Amino acid sequence: MSLELNQEKCLACGGCVSLCPKDALEIKNGELTINHDKCVKCGTCVKFCPVKALKINK
Amino acid sequence: MTNKTQTAIDFEDEYDVIIVGAGPGGSIAARDCAERGLKTLVIERRAELGTPVRCGEGLGEAWMKIADIEYDSDWCKRETKGAVVYPPNEKSLKIDPENKGYVIERKIFEKKLAEQAGRKGAKYMLKTRAKRAIVEENEDGEKEVKGIVVENDEGEEKEYRAKIVIAADGVDSKIARSAGLNTSNPIKDMDSGYEYEMTNLSFTEEDSKYIHIWLGNDISPGGYVWAFFKDKDVANVGIGINPPKAEKSAKQYLDEWIRNHPEYFEDAVVTEKKGGGIPLGEPIEKPYMNGLMVIGDAAHMVNPIHGGGMGQAMESARIAAEIAQKAIEKEDYSAEVLSEFSEIWWEKRGNQLKDIQKVRNFAESLTDKDLNKLREIIGEDEVLDLVDASNLKKFVKLFKGSPKIAMKAAKHLR
Repeated sequence: MSLELNQEKCLACGGCVSLCPKDALEIKNGELTINHDKCVKCGTCVKFCPVKALKINK
Repeated sequence: MTNKTQTAIDFEDEYDVIIVGAGPGGSIAARDCAERGLKTLVIERRAELGTPVRCGEGLGEAWMKIADIEYDSDWCKRETKGAVVYPPNEKSLKIDPENKGYVIERKIFEKKLAEQAGRKGAKYMLKTRAKRAIVEENEDGEKEVKGIVVENDEGEEKEYRAKIVIAADGVDSKIARSAGLNTSNPIKDMDSGYEYEMTNLSFTEEDSKYIHIWLGNDISPGGYVWAFFKDKDVANVGIGINPPKAEKSAKQYLDEWIRNHPEYFEDAVVTEKKGGGIPLGEPIEKPYMNGLMVIGDAAHMVNPIHGGGMGQAMESARIAAEIAQKAIEKEDYSAEVLSEFSEIWWEKRGNQLKDIQKVRNFAESLTDKDLNKLREIIGEDEVLDLVDASNLKKFVKLFKGSPKIAMKAAKHLR
């Protein structure tokens, strides 16, 4: 299981960043990045994303 | 040869104030700090200010006075006379308040604010990511922010020290969090926003002088659809939804709503796509610690009814600059001194936002049927009172003919 980001869809709006309970998301160089070591796959960012750029791969 | 040792691309290792983020809040803080004679550095991760836009771009005239900025035809795209609000049955209500507003071009606005700050002496470091706050133990054994660690545009990690750091790093704020202040948002308090900028829209010229707000749990659960006009046929058409209440993404709700309104959109063309998170929860109770103040969206200083945040960001920036100067004169950057920033802000704005939170809770409790009914009961003045959270006590009585709504008002609006 892992959190997957579709960079083509992502608008790098950053709304998901402060929602992450583990501080695993960050905008770097204008793109959203995931720290997979910190991510606990809770799905909060997936629920938020305005354009469905994030999903949890089972 | 000049005597100047520094150019635009050279920086010193130490500043009085470092501001993280060059949005409207950051640049107003920079302008005011520099004007107050403080050596000021702004760190901004983007290569170009103002982009990507994550905002509906509406700004009330009253905020411009508070921020001490003047009308400028370069970025004030269109004056708005008021609002047209549509309940789910679309029997609209037109509101003409005394205070007007503008729909602005944020890409130009942010640059202009930075120019003003730059002319006052603030320095800007672009394409530089503020990685974390430098936190050290002070004489009292407490944590104190002493500057910022950045990754600059050459990929190097570097420290810049400051007496005071102002975190103006927006909805995805990292700096306060890295120093140990919890600025994260629960998902119930973070609306998911999506927006198209469109041209060749089919609204009447008169309609384009108003902002338009469409309400309904089906079209936009926990939020609303908006159209903010930049010209008679150009507008930001966007949506905010509350994710826990939603079954689809913000984009999917907005697309569906647009397809259901060909009368406006049949000939329109999309010229920009924008997304964003809107922190609607209560502001951070104590947006400061030793050596750090947090302003604007980063401290959740957002109007919880309409989601606007630029005004609050600029207002809080001005207060932060005032207190920064005070602290630097005293040579005391402790939480105790910086707490005055928080006190002034809560008194000026925070408590009002807390009251508006009640209106948000009331609004979120209403069904589509309630919203249609409400349209028959209330008029322009009542809508303005609700948006400002003034005279809230009168509403329970006003709704006495509709017990269900009255009960909800009694629960939330007190």
